[in-house]
Amino acid sequence: MSTSQTKRDYSLTGPENRRAQERGLAAAEWYETPIPRKRLKELMKRKDGPAIRDTIVWLVLLTGAGIAAYRSWGTWWAVPAFFVYGLLYASPGDSRWHECGHGTAFKTSWMNEVVYQFSSFLVLRPATPWRWSHARHHTDTYVVGRDPEIHQPRPPVWRIIIMQFAHLYGGPRDIKRMFMHAFGVIDKEEKEFIPETEYRKTFWESRAYVVIFAIVIAACLYTSSILPAMFIVLPSFYGACLMVVFGMIQHLGLHEDVLDHRLNTRTVYMNPVFRFLYWNMNYHIEHHMFPMVPYHALAALHEEMKGDCPKPNRSTWEAFSEVIRALLKQRKDRDYTIRRELPPTAQPYQYGPSEVSRVRGGTETTTA
Amino acid sequence: MAQDENWLEACAADDIDEEDVIRFDYEDRSFAIYRSEDSEYFATDGHCTHEKVHLANGFVMGKIIECPKHNGRFDYTTGAVKKAPACVDLKTYPVKVEAGKVYIRIG
Ligand code: FES
Repeated sequence: MSTSQTKRDYSLTGPENRRAQERGLAAAEWYETPIPRKRLKELMKRKDGPAIRDTIVWLVLLTGAGIAAYRSWGTWWAVPAFFVYGLLYASPGDSRWHECGHGTAFKTSWMNEVVYQFSSFLVLRPATPWRWSHARHHTDTYVVGRDPEIHQPRPPVWRIIIMQFAHLYGGPRDIKRMFMHAFGVIDKEEKEFIPETEYRKTFWESRAYVVIFAIVIAACLYTSSILPAMFIVLPSFYGACLMVVFGMIQHLGLHEDVLDHRLNTRTVYMNPVFRFLYWNMNYHIEHHMFPMVPYHALAALHEEMKGDCPKPNRSTWEAFSEVIRALLKQRKDRDYTIRRELPPTAQPYQYGPSEVSRVRGGTETTTA
Repeated sequence: MAQDENWLEACAADDIDEEDVIRFDYEDRSFAIYRSEDSEYFATDGHCTHEKVHLANGFVMGKIIECPKHNGRFDYTTGAVKKAPACVDLKTYPVKVEAGKVYIRIG
């Protein structure tokens, strides 16, 4: 096992970007589990019903928690009430942002767009830049120097992981970018994945966010209370913890620089409450391999694919503790990687171009 | 393959299901041939204009083809972009159906 601790440059503007392109890892062809076209078409079918139902349930729960939080303000009951409000604000905000960004949650396009814009604001992810960032994440999933959404470098930065549980790393970064966009500036990193034709839209969306911020701040000053901000903007910080757990278990600890989502992505069995909050993104290998399949069909897609995929983690806790163990090992051995066994019915893994297999392939280890 | 005044025989009409798409390669070019819900036939360039991903693995909904990689959308009857991250229209090609065969003119 290699114990190299040389740090790689995870930025999109550094030498790793060029290296990934030279190795044939950028915009490459990824492994796909063979599924008969007829069945895949059934799974890809769009519906409005499930997402309308789930959106109504979400908004009713959010409003109920909001009323409870408002009524309990000034008492200790406000702590659990705002905690629940924050969870219901940020976690579904994140998953709705994600699914509606793909445009698959609803059949009707404008419904996807409305919920996308709404939830983008909830999680403070400016809608257009993040649409492009996420497209790149799907093109080059966990390819170093190409994917802007790699959660942690190797070795991990614990300060950032801990800060993220209150959205204190990504939040300020996105707010800073939001102000830059409002003044017509796109940063160097974003220029890597946002085409110029989208700049105008980016600027106007950010200006709308700035106006909402100004209204919230004005309301706080007017009422001499932080209460308005506790309902809008701040929940994306104090309610972030579950969203961070969901984000961390998607890919961390698994391979970088491979062309097979079975190697770099994790499918996790979750309880129905988490599955509702997360809109079935626990079927993450399935989602990455077939992003056209809407969230409500992912469990069925999982049934089609499971003979070709590693065993899923049995619970959120099991997946999270596996990630933490791997990150702790990566502190000492940057190349430590979890390798999941495939069932006997599966096609072999597709590591990628041969050079990549040679460079990275010898560094695997297996965990239980 | 039959070839006449640039009309190329691409496939049999019933090779494509209703509301579906298949791939057709000719020399070093690749096309996507569509059959709509009302059994009208259309053809476009095979690859998405965002990245080099073949649309024949995409999903047809009415007159829309959704790209399998990032869910970009095009109206396959006109080639017009309908959803980002696709930003550039698709090139379309004339199609005719004769004696149960689909022909496209790539000109
Ligand atoms: S490759 Fe088609 S939308 Fe990105």
